[in-house]
Amino acid sequence: MNNGILEFVNVGKEYSGHAVLKGINMDVRPGEIHALIGENGAGKSTLMNILFGMPVIHSTGGFTGEVRIGGEDAKIMNPHDAMMQGIGMVHQEFMLIPGFTITENIKINREITKSSLMSKVFGKRMESLEHAAMATDARKALDTMGMDIEEYTKVHGLPVGHMQFVEIAREIDKTGIRFLVFDEPTAVLTESETEHLLNAIRKLAAQGIGIVFISHRLDEIIRLSDRVTILRDGEWVATEETKNITAAEIARLMVGRALTLDRAEGDRKVSDEKIMTVDNLRVNMPGEEVKGVTFDVHRGEILGIGGLAGQGKLGIANGLMGMYPVTGKVTFKGEPLDVMKTNETLKKGVAFLSEDRKGVGLLLQSSIEENIAFTAMEVHNKFLKKVGPFTLTDDKAIRENAEKMVKDLDIRCTSVTQNTGALSGGNQQKVCVGKALSLDPELLLVSEPTRGIDIGAKKLILDLLKDLAEKRGMTVIMTSSELAELRSICDRVLIICEGKVAGELSPFDSDEVYGLMMSGVSKEEAMKAAGAAQKKAGGEANG
Amino acid sequence: MNDMMKKLTGDSSFDLGNWVLDNIVTIIFWVFIILGMLTAKDLSLNGFFTELCNRFYRNAFLILSLIIPVIAGLGLNFGIVVGAIAGQLAIIAVRYWGINSELVGGTAFGGLGGLLLMFVIALPIAAIIGWLTGTLYNKTKGQEMIASLIVGYFGNGVYQFIVLFLIGAVIPVAAAHPMILYDGVGIRMSVDMGSTTYALDNLLQIPFVPFMIAAAAFVLLFVLWNQFIRKPKVEGQSYKMNPLKFWVYVILAAGVLAYFVMQLMTGGPMNDVRQVPVVLMLVIAALAIFNQWIMNTKLGQDFRSCGMNQTIAEANGINVDRTRVIATVISTVLAAWGMIIYLQNMGTLNTYTAHNNVGYFSVAAILVGGASVDKATIGQAVTGCLLFHAMFILSPEIGKAVFGQAALGEYFRTFMVYGVIGLSLGLYVWRANKRAKLAMPKEDEE
Ligand SMILES: Nc1ncnc2c1ncn2[C@@H]1O[C@H](COP(=O)(O)OP(=O)(O)OP(=O)(O)O)[C@@H](O)[C@H]1O
Ligand SMILES: [Mg+2]
Repeated sequence: MNNGILEFVNVGKEYSGHAVLKGINMDVRPGEIHALIGENGAGKSTLMNILFGMPVIHSTGGFTGEVRIGGEDAKIMNPHDAMMQGIGMVHQEFMLIPGFTITENIKINREITKSSLMSKVFGKRMESLEHAAMATDARKALDTMGMDIEEYTKVHGLPVGHMQFVEIAREIDKTGIRFLVFDEPTAVLTESETEHLLNAIRKLAAQGIGIVFISHRLDEIIRLSDRVTILRDGEWVATEETKNITAAEIARLMVGRALTLDRAEGDRKVSDEKIMTVDNLRVNMPGEEVKGVTFDVHRGEILGIGGLAGQGKLGIANGLMGMYPVTGKVTFKGEPLDVMKTNETLKKGVAFLSEDRKGVGLLLQSSIEENIAFTAMEVHNKFLKKVGPFTLTDDKAIRENAEKMVKDLDIRCTSVTQNTGALSGGNQQKVCVGKALSLDPELLLVSEPTRGIDIGAKKLILDLLKDLAEKRGMTVIMTSSELAELRSICDRVLIICEGKVAGELSPFDSDEVYGLMMSGVSKEEAMKAAGAAQKKAGGEANG
Repeated sequence: MNDMMKKLTGDSSFDLGNWVLDNIVTIIFWVFIILGMLTAKDLSLNGFFTELCNRFYRNAFLILSLIIPVIAGLGLNFGIVVGAIAGQLAIIAVRYWGINSELVGGTAFGGLGGLLLMFVIALPIAAIIGWLTGTLYNKTKGQEMIASLIVGYFGNGVYQFIVLFLIGAVIPVAAAHPMILYDGVGIRMSVDMGSTTYALDNLLQIPFVPFMIAAAAFVLLFVLWNQFIRKPKVEGQSYKMNPLKFWVYVILAAGVLAYFVMQLMTGGPMNDVRQVPVVLMLVIAALAIFNQWIMNTKLGQDFRSCGMNQTIAEANGINVDRTRVIATVISTVLAAWGMIIYLQNMGTLNTYTAHNNVGYFSVAAILVGGASVDKATIGQAVTGCLLFHAMFILSPEIGKAVFGQAALGEYFRTFMVYGVIGLSLGLYVWRANKRAKLAMPKEDEE
């Protein structure tokens, strides 16, 4: 059924005179998985938005060049046209309606209807909805994804990972899909969810659907894709068979220099002063329940929290910020802290960068500088100045701070007065990071700080965190599902398993120890097993 | 208290403070009305109910016309004023021809036939105006409510220009016609509705008390059926009310039933309340059913999608602009018809002023029922209509009782109308801001 190749021919796009895509040529074959990679702001989403006829493209002057399907100009002027051409897309930003049920979201604009007298007179839109049939279809799509969540639950309040799967279920429910675009689908997924998704994508490709897969995780791209196209600053750099290229080469083509996440130096000295103690913390976060953890955090250290998805590692930071119901004792700087009073926690010098950045917090109609300054203004009265009896915003301080963040975090923008809505997804996330850092916190809780951020910027952000810890004595609790990330900057790493602390590891422990402990093996046994394995490997090499 | 409410409502996130804040306008009105009932000394119960019912029959249709735009995300459509104007133009046309043809011995286009003709003529006028209005709303996305106010004023200007000048000066009319001003240009201050007056009201009437008994019995049975027998169409969906709501309904319905049965047997004052115009009630019910029905069509689902999030609706291939225009057209046409229903009850059309307050009053009424910029139901429209008009009737009485002056009460009710709109919109914006501004929202809408 799928006989056409999808081609981008000499595609270019300008946003108010600023060229963000220049003469892109690329093709996607039926049944192939074609990875698209490039730094934040390289133009990946823009290219896909062109394919999907998104209003943002056509309300800003359209694009140049041509999108062809089966050799013919596809003439896609709006998402409806794209759908008629059999193109589906899982957008980088959130495209579900929270107030709708999963079924309603999956079936949006493709509702199953039955004709009635009124519809015969007034047209198809007057047909009445067939809720039961819609539910059946939704169920089927969810089952294909291996999701055993009820199709009639409201999307509002679902864990982010689930939402992503609902979006994907919506796309695979479409009949006659020929090409499917995934714009960073794994950025909000946990490892096991990612595995799940990659398998589903392979299945779709096997059915002859052409897939475009965008991700910043090189290992995923290497494992999944048949070909990979690399963009840099809106320009095509290379298209290669994936089997002929390595992750390091991709990274080099993408950023223009070689990159690794290796740990620069050995142990750091941290002070003995306990800035926070946590005693028997329990957090009732659905899907990430914490069942009694106890630990101390020292001033100036970077404490890592790792563990498999669903074991509760994300619950800890969320609980400390009072996002979910909590029990347990927490002290901060020697004083008891009532974590349910989020505002007070913030005032005392704690800041939080949530893992759920898709749903949280940027005012897209406001400028970068306002977004960065906003919370600091609300919480700490920063960036304000007194002029006589009036308190005014200190525009100069706001500007300077924002410019510093833009530089430190490499936020790719035309100026700090640009609206955050005009930034690429990854750059929006960097703004979130800047916003948290502007609080100038004593203790920073970051969860998945580099999700959706390209490897160049990722290194930058990690280095910045380390710098802040070393030079300014900021304390960091970093929750992450990426081991390499944890090990590159943390002083110690707590492994969370079944809602409890399974043990504490040093960044220099081996991958095996980490892996074993995450799956519930005790520290001693993990060490022993890993040691034995190493000895064995060593022995074999010798023998 | 809070814990008790949690248990009663079966909703663990129930928060009394939030609940009060969410329903503050409705609560203020209840308090006001109860106080009014207590203070107003010479208020006759049957007089009050006669007046209240009368106002309900007159206004319900207009208020119901506001629901669809709210669901489609256009907010409160103050622009129903132009719908009302369309209705008035239809009335003027039909009355003009009617009087003319009566003079030469033809039909007067009176009675029900005349009324239906008004409906038919109002339809295309309102549809075209609605289409223009909807197009304007699409050009002013995000500011629809302000645009709708302006549409009202602009529509008023155009209308005045037509009825004051064009008719006679450009559109040829008989100078001696009793509706035309003495110099042959423009329509007179008031137009008599002729025999279309009460054409709907008088069609079929039944006494109030038996009607209320039937209605209360119906509600009681419906609630019981809904709670215990009704099977959901789709798995997971449930029609069941929370225990508190269920018992409130049951007790209220049973109480009303018992009261009116008593009234019937003892011949109490309720027997003197004006009769119920059955056909008009059916028309209002039909509109309510239409609203409900349309929400269960593809178009209705599209209204909801657009109302929830335009960007997402658009990205899923829904023609958002068109959908919004359709919502506006429906609302405008319904408002036109609502105005005709209103005026057949009034008996005269005040050519230059009748439409003026339609927007404000209808919006205030639906807000009093608990609706907001992004949420409105039939129940809210109906309760709002009753509460709002109860306040209207009671204000002068309270003015008399408290200040010894009825006029003060009338100022007071104007104050209430604008106060309600201001308070509701203010609260809505405040809440929306709070949601957007908090760095880490723990939002729980719905
Ligand atoms: N609506 C818009 N208005 C103006 N400029 C925009 C708009 N959307 C994107 N841009 C700019 O276009 C460029 C490319 O953005 P795009 O979203 O395509 O990047 P991306 O490759 O998807 O990055 P990321 O990995 O961060 O998602 C960026 O410089 C961005 O600032
Ligand atoms: Mg992107």
